[in-house]
Amino acid sequence: MIPPMDAAEAPVVLAAHGISKSFGANTVLTDMELTVRKGETVCLLGPSGSGKSTFLRCLNWLEEPDAGSVLLKGQRIGVRASGNIVMSDGELAAIRTRIGMVFQHFALWPHLTVLQNVMEAPIHVQRRDKAEVRREAEALLERVGIADKAGQYPARLSGGQKQRVGIARALAMKPDLLLFDEPTSALDPELVGEVLAVMKDLAREGMTMVVVTHEMAFARDVASRVVFLDRGRIVESGSPEEFFTRPKTDRAKQFLLRYSAQ
Amino acid sequence: MNGLAIVWDNRGVLLAGFANTLTLSFVAAVVSLLLGTLLAMALMARAKPVRLVATLYVDAMRCVPFLLLAYLIYYGLPSFGIRMSNWTSGLIALIVYNIAYMAELLRAAWSNLSKESIEAGHAFGFHGLKLVRRIILPPVFFAAVPMIGNQTIQIVKDSAFLTIIAVAELTQAAMAIQTTYFVPFASFVAAIALYWITCMAIETGVAFVGRAARTRQ
Repeated sequence: MIPPMDAAEAPVVLAAHGISKSFGANTVLTDMELTVRKGETVCLLGPSGSGKSTFLRCLNWLEEPDAGSVLLKGQRIGVRASGNIVMSDGELAAIRTRIGMVFQHFALWPHLTVLQNVMEAPIHVQRRDKAEVRREAEALLERVGIADKAGQYPARLSGGQKQRVGIARALAMKPDLLLFDEPTSALDPELVGEVLAVMKDLAREGMTMVVVTHEMAFARDVASRVVFLDRGRIVESGSPEEFFTRPKTDRAKQFLLRYSAQ
Repeated sequence: MNGLAIVWDNRGVLLAGFANTLTLSFVAAVVSLLLGTLLAMALMARAKPVRLVATLYVDAMRCVPFLLLAYLIYYGLPSFGIRMSNWTSGLIALIVYNIAYMAELLRAAWSNLSKESIEAGHAFGFHGLKLVRRIILPPVFFAAVPMIGNQTIQIVKDSAFLTIIAVAELTQAAMAIQTTYFVPFASFVAAIALYWITCMAIETGVAFVGRAARTRQ
């Protein structure tokens, strides 16, 4: 286990500055800022429609922001270092391999088995040695507790199992950063725990993660920092203790009240 | 009963026609599926001019009666100095026509594909041709298996039209037997039975592949 680093001193993995995005007349994000340091788990919280998922998707350029910049370990995403030239598809793809992503509806590739899903990108995008990738993929499936399903197709799995495969698939890329887009929102309540447990382990092991979630208990117990969004703006940002016990703004108070009432 | 005996005596002619029908249909189905895949990629292309040209081709083929297309290729092209045998003209007519249908059914399956799994392809660093080949096309084919089967049956039936440009296929063979011996009922029923067997074989194949496809969707 990696000794806990002082968060303020750990190197910056991801820095997003001034991210703004609108869909037509509808402004979704306004001037968003986020810095994520190595080993941090940052939870993005906020009501539905607050722009959390859109912001997360801007971080790996799945959604192209109208303004602002994203830097992964100092390298700009979407725009070439020299001037304001838009990256080619190939350049963008290359930088995306360093950011793992876990999707709300799993987004596994249906024509591939569980093991093949995990091996696909490391072999065909990263062009790594097949035997080595296979060993690692099997170890990852073991780690997320799903090694016995390696030969099954995704259609045969429960939601919780699919999402654990989704996490193993993202880890197989050995990414600098993992993005989670509401990873438990599509799950039956009794399956949420098994996925959160895997994510909790990853956080403890020092994986750098940005998590969009509605799981307040997870954010409180696991997050190193909580960012609260409302209507496309960051309203509050701080330690989970602070946010959950002494929220500064009325909006955050209302938001938390709704969750504690449930 | 006499008629069937005459057909049986001429089974060599009928089976030779049947063999031609099978060969034409098989080659046409495989080639139009392959080229139809390329055309489907053009239909789904990001560049608008590419999409436009592909759509024009598909719409044109869908509005042309197959019979006229076969006439055009066999009788019309020689005026431009392109001269092909009946068999080759027939095969090319089948292919040119069915590329459009194969492309259109693949495009429909492609449009229905989960956006998220394609997006996952982007997020994991796939792009361009590799994204299409490894992430998009396999599930598109699995989803399209029943439609590809239907279209293949359509090709088998369309090949009967080629009798009008004197391709020696099954319908032509049945026609030849009936005009020589005047046994229309027996010879046409025999031909229909052979078409029916062919369609059943395709249906069986589709059901077999379809079972594998369902677990991969």
